[in-house]
Amino acid sequence: MSDAIIQFEKVVKTFGAQTVLAGVDLAIPAGKTTVIAGGSGQGKSVTLKLILGLLRPDSGAILKEGQDITRMGRKELNRVRTDFGVLFQGAALLDSLTVFDNVALPLVERTKLGREEIRQKVVTTLGQLGLEGSEEKFPAQLSGGMKKRVGLARALQLQPKIMLFDEPTTGLDPEKSMEIYQLFHRTQRQYGYTSIIVSHDIPKIFNLADQVVILNHGRVVTFASPEDIPRSEDPEIKTFVKKTMGDVYLSKEMEHMP
Amino acid sequence: MLFSLIERLGDVTLYTISDMGRMGRYLLLSLFGALKRPFRFNETVRQIRLIGANSFVVIFFTAAFTGMVLGLQGYYTLRKFGAEGVLGSAVALSLIRELGPVLTALMVTGRAGSAMCAEIGIMRNSEQIDALECMAIDPFRYLITPKVLATLIAVPLLTLIFNVVGIYGGYVAGVKLLGSNPGAYFVSMQHSVINKDINLGIIKSFVFALLIVWICTGRGYFVHQIRNAGFGAEGVSRVTTQAVVMSSIAILVWDYLLTAMLL
Ligand SMILES: Nc1ncnc2c1ncn2[C@@H]1O[C@H](COP(=O)(O)OP(=O)(O)O)[C@@H](O)[C@H]1O
Ligand SMILES: [Mg+2]
Repeated sequence: MSDAIIQFEKVVKTFGAQTVLAGVDLAIPAGKTTVIAGGSGQGKSVTLKLILGLLRPDSGAILKEGQDITRMGRKELNRVRTDFGVLFQGAALLDSLTVFDNVALPLVERTKLGREEIRQKVVTTLGQLGLEGSEEKFPAQLSGGMKKRVGLARALQLQPKIMLFDEPTTGLDPEKSMEIYQLFHRTQRQYGYTSIIVSHDIPKIFNLADQVVILNHGRVVTFASPEDIPRSEDPEIKTFVKKTMGDVYLSKEMEHMP
Repeated sequence: MLFSLIERLGDVTLYTISDMGRMGRYLLLSLFGALKRPFRFNETVRQIRLIGANSFVVIFFTAAFTGMVLGLQGYYTLRKFGAEGVLGSAVALSLIRELGPVLTALMVTGRAGSAMCAEIGIMRNSEQIDALECMAIDPFRYLITPKVLATLIAVPLLTLIFNVVGIYGGYVAGVKLLGSNPGAYFVSMQHSVINKDINLGIIKSFVFALLIVWICTGRGYFVHQIRNAGFGAEGVSRVTTQAVVMSSIAILVWDYLLTAMLL
């Protein structure tokens, strides 16, 4: 696939005796939203960390726009990373900095912009994400949903080409989850990034998905569209669908089938 | 049984070697961080305040009472030989060569070292360090190097304060309370303390500072890779305890080694 912005080729990742990824092939299409689903501990976070070069695979290649990031030195990797924006599972805001300083951090550290320009940019993004008035708060004073929004604001500062979200709605109530999803939808249209979302929030998350990747026992199955999942003949996928989406979803989808 | 024992031994050896390699590389990277731009001057100053200025009260009291005890004990011992005139010299040499650097380092380990270890460990566990790397911000330059430099600046200064306060503590106990000769207290000190003693104390305090900041921040930095540490908050608390113990032992071992080498 030539329009893949990220491509895994036979990627193997183990920790000691435990095999997390056993020769995974995967293509993430540019400009689309890919949802990575899978049970807890199946290696979803590890997959994101491999994409970011925070972990290195035991073997195989991970191509970002044709360049193998597994063979890059620190300098090159840092250059590539500026194309990524990440929203970590717990938002990973720096505890010792205020909301404003957290969002300003990538601009202060990675650009030569002046104080006033940075302030403008940060205030604008905070406004877009409904965070006005929280500039001087510290992360510990924020609710879970607000932290995620601040994390998103920080990740957007350097105009990433690719956004990675690690379980963005875990720990939020359904209403807040919907808000976050709408926010993703809006910001993606506005910024035009490729989005990779790891989520447990099945089947709701599939509304956002163009492509779905299911990770199970070190292997992946890719579905070009979420509607294809219930039609899968793979017994493992069938059990997974049944377990995570319930019979309701399964049968409802079945009705639409020819 | 025998095989499993050998296997375990090999396993522990491999782990220890990789842990040592990891910590060695960590030390180099945190020192090299000082050469990278932009240098975080304000953060370094803030850390000097946290590690140094905020330890002042603890150091002051430890030094005052250590000096006073040295005054009492020294007076009692030296009087047996009719040598209470050299009390000042005995107090000053014990403090400058030995007790000043060691006790300062131990107090800083307990106060600031444990705090640094927990802070970095929490940052690791909550993916804050990963987040820095993803923003292409070197976590060493940004996070570790300011703490290393601040400790290297603060600990020798605290040691000097410790020495001065301790010497006056000895003066209060030996001269004011027990009535030893005040002139002799300072004159004997001037005659016996030479540059070599002062240098030894300063070298020790730099080495101890490096040990404290290396072990304490390093253990926190690798909290996710340390065996049997457990996860989450428990992992951080275990590793912090471990760091304080390791740092204290390292200080005492290196105290002996440096004294033996530079005697
Ligand atoms: N740094 C690490 N060292 C050892 N094992 C790890 C490490 N990171 C993840 N693992 C293991 O890899 C597996 C997958 O982890 P992860 O990707 O975090 O799962 P999840 O799909 O829930 O995000 C887990 O069993 C975890 O214990
Ligand atoms: Mg995870």
